[in-house]
Amino acid sequence: MSTDDFAVVAEGLSKIYRIGIKEQAHDTFARAAIDFIRSPLQNYRKYRSLYRFDDVAAGESTAAAVAPTDIIWALREASFEIKHGEVVGFIGRNGAGKSTLLKILTRITPPTRGRAEIRGRVASLLEVGTGFHNELTGRENIYLNGTILGMTKKEVDRKFDEIVDFSGVERFIDTPVKRYSSGMAVRLAFAVAAHLEPEILIVDEVLAVGDVMFQKKCISKMQDVRKQGRTVLFVSHNMPAVSMLCNRAILLSAGQVVMDGSPHEVISRYLNSDEGVPSQREWPDPAGAPGRDVTRLRSIRVVGRDGRTVSSVDVRDDVGIEMVFDVLQPGYKLLPHYWFYNEEGAMIFASLNQDPNWYQQPYPAGRYASTAWIPGNFLTAGMQFVTCSLITRSPDTVQFDEVQVIGFSVRDNMGAGTARGDWAGEMPGAVRPLLKWTTEVYSEVVDRIDHGQRSPS
Amino acid sequence: MKPSTNDMPVSVIVPPKGFEAIDFAELKRYRDLFYFLVLRDVKVLYAQTILGFAWAILNPAIQIILFTVIFGKIANVPTDGIPYFLFSTVAIIPWTYMSEAMNQSSQSLVSEQGMLGKVYFPRMIFPLTPVLAKLVDFTISLLLLIGVLIFYKVTPTWNMLLLPVFVLYMMLIPAGIGMWLSSLAVRFRDVKFAMSFIIRMLIYTAPVLYSAVSIPPQYRLLYSLNPIVGVMEGYRACLLGGPIPWGFIVPGMVTSVLLMLSGAMYFRRMERVIVDVI
Repeated sequence: MSTDDFAVVAEGLSKIYRIGIKEQAHDTFARAAIDFIRSPLQNYRKYRSLYRFDDVAAGESTAAAVAPTDIIWALREASFEIKHGEVVGFIGRNGAGKSTLLKILTRITPPTRGRAEIRGRVASLLEVGTGFHNELTGRENIYLNGTILGMTKKEVDRKFDEIVDFSGVERFIDTPVKRYSSGMAVRLAFAVAAHLEPEILIVDEVLAVGDVMFQKKCISKMQDVRKQGRTVLFVSHNMPAVSMLCNRAILLSAGQVVMDGSPHEVISRYLNSDEGVPSQREWPDPAGAPGRDVTRLRSIRVVGRDGRTVSSVDVRDDVGIEMVFDVLQPGYKLLPHYWFYNEEGAMIFASLNQDPNWYQQPYPAGRYASTAWIPGNFLTAGMQFVTCSLITRSPDTVQFDEVQVIGFSVRDNMGAGTARGDWAGEMPGAVRPLLKWTTEVYSEVVDRIDHGQRSPS
Repeated sequence: MKPSTNDMPVSVIVPPKGFEAIDFAELKRYRDLFYFLVLRDVKVLYAQTILGFAWAILNPAIQIILFTVIFGKIANVPTDGIPYFLFSTVAIIPWTYMSEAMNQSSQSLVSEQGMLGKVYFPRMIFPLTPVLAKLVDFTISLLLLIGVLIFYKVTPTWNMLLLPVFVLYMMLIPAGIGMWLSSLAVRFRDVKFAMSFIIRMLIYTAPVLYSAVSIPPQYRLLYSLNPIVGVMEGYRACLLGGPIPWGFIVPGMVTSVLLMLSGAMYFRRMERVIVDVI
C-alpha cells in the first residue's frame, strides 16, 4: 500500500483513554467479586470499556453530542509518512500526544484505531538506562541493557570495547553499578544506547537529563546517526535541539497533527502560538517556586517598552526581561543575571544586574523586580531563549537557575532604523546591531586607472 | 550510505483483536534478553549475603528438619514405612522451587512496571524468568537431596530416568500459575496478599507432608487434579523406587497443561493493556 521508500507510515492512529472509569474499576478483588455477582454483565462491560471503545464513533466527524464524555483522545487520527533518512522532531505541549505516539510506534502500547507500518529495525530510547540494576556490575549491565534495547548478545560482544571506551568507566567495569557516581552510571547507560544500530531510532526527551556536557554528547551522537542516513524520530521540548538536528518537524496539539514542515516554520508557529516556550512564567505557590532559603523566583516575563508582557518584539524595539523574586533572608548581596540563547542553542551573551543602587549591596527582605533592557537593533530576528539565575555572593551560591525558562521571538523588519535597511537578502549572525558607520571624503581627485597600462608612480 | 530498504523487516502496528497466538518467533529473537534477565535474577538474589548460594540449601534444609520434628516425630504422620526425613526431603525440594517461582512470577509484572512503560519486548519473558532463574537454586538444593539419598542408602532404580519428565512437569506449574496471576496482579494487587494463602493451601492439599495413599480411594481423582500432587508422587517414585502411581500423576499433568495454555492465552490478551491499566 505504500512505497518501499517509507520508514514509517501512520494512518489515522488514535489512542483513546477512558477517564473516570479507573476510579470505578475495583482495586480489590473482593469488591470486584461482590459487584460481579450483583451485576455480572454491567461489570464485564465496565472492564471491557477500559480498553474497548466500540461506543466511540469512528472518524473525525464525532459529534460532541454522541461522543461519550468520559474519554480522552490521547492521539487522534494522526497520519504521516516518514522517509528513510529523515530526522523528524515531534513537538507540542505536554499532553499533546507526542509520547503516546512514540509509545504506539515502539509497540509499548497498542493503538485504539488506525494502523502503522514500520520498515526497518526499530530501537527506542525513551529513557537512558532502562533495566539497569544496582547490584550488577558495569559489564553485566551493558549486556542486560543492550539486550533490553533489542541487541543480541553477539552484537553487544562486538561493540563491548567501544561502549566501555565511550563511557570512560573502564576501570570500574567489574564493579557493581551501585558504587558508581550518578554521572558514571548515566554515561555508561548512554554509551550502550549510543551504540545501537537500528534503521529507525525513536528518542524521547532523553536530552533533558544530564549535565551540559552530556547533552552535547547526545546531540553530537544524534548528528552522527543522522549522517549515517538513519531515520530518527525525536520528541523534545528543546527547540534549539530540534531545529539543529531535524530536517522536518511535526507539531501535535490535543492529539492531532496540526502542522508538518520544516523545523523552522513549525517551531516558529509553535512558539508564536501560546503553546510553546512561554514568554511569561509564574510560580504562585512559594513552596514550589525555584530557589533556596535566601531567595525564590516568583515570576519572569518578557516586557515591551510600555510594560506589557509580549511574546514577540520588532527587531528595532527595546525589550525587557523582568524577574520578580522574594528575598526571604535579609542581608545577602545578590546577583541576578540572564543568559541569552538563540534557536540553534548557541549562547549569545550573558548579562549581570549592575543597578548602582543595589550592586554589591545587601538586600532587605521583600519582593523585588529586576529588569534588564536589551536595546532595539541588537538581537537578530528569530527565537531567543532566556535562562534566569540568581546567586548570593561570598560565597557564591546558586539560588535558582531556570534554564531557557522563557522565550520570545524577534520579528524581522526592514527599512529606516533597521540594521538591514532596504537590503532584503541574508543577514547572518547571532546578533544584528545597528552600528554607526562613518564615511568621510578624503579627496575629490583620484588616480586614474588606464586600462592596459599603469601610470608610473 | 543509505541502507537498502528491500531487506528490512516490516512490522505492522494495528489495534489488537481477540485472542492472539503466542509469537514464538519473537520470543526466540529475544532469547538473549531472556538469558540476561535470568542471570540478573540469579546474581541479584544472593548479592551482599555471607552465605550466598548456601541459602539455596539452608532454606529447604531448615524446613525439612522442622517438618520432620513436627510431623514425623510428634504427629507421627504415616509415610509407607519411609523414614520421615527422607520422605519430606524428596518433596520439599521441588516444593521450594515451585513456591518460590510462583511467588516471584506472580509479582513479576508489577515489580517491573518501570520497564514496561519504557521499552517493548515480549512481556511473557517477565513471568517466565523466575521459572528458569529458580532452577539454579533447585539444582543446588539437589546436592542436599543426593546427600540424603546416600545417607539413607537408597539404591537408584530405573525410575530415575523419568526424572527429567517430572522436572519439566514441575516447571509447567509456576509457568502457568505465574502467567495467570501476574496479569491478574496488574489489575488486582490483591494477588500479592493472596499468594501466601494460596501457597499454604497448596502445601496442605498436596502430599508434601503426608502420603497420598492416606486419601480415601473415592476422592483420589479429584485430589489428583491438583497438579502439585502429581509432582510430589512422581518425585517420590523416581527417587525412592516402587511402582509409579500414574493414577495420581496423569490428572495433575492434564491440569497443569491446561493451566499453562489458558495462562498463556489470558496473558496474551492482557499484555496489550498492561501499560494502560497498571
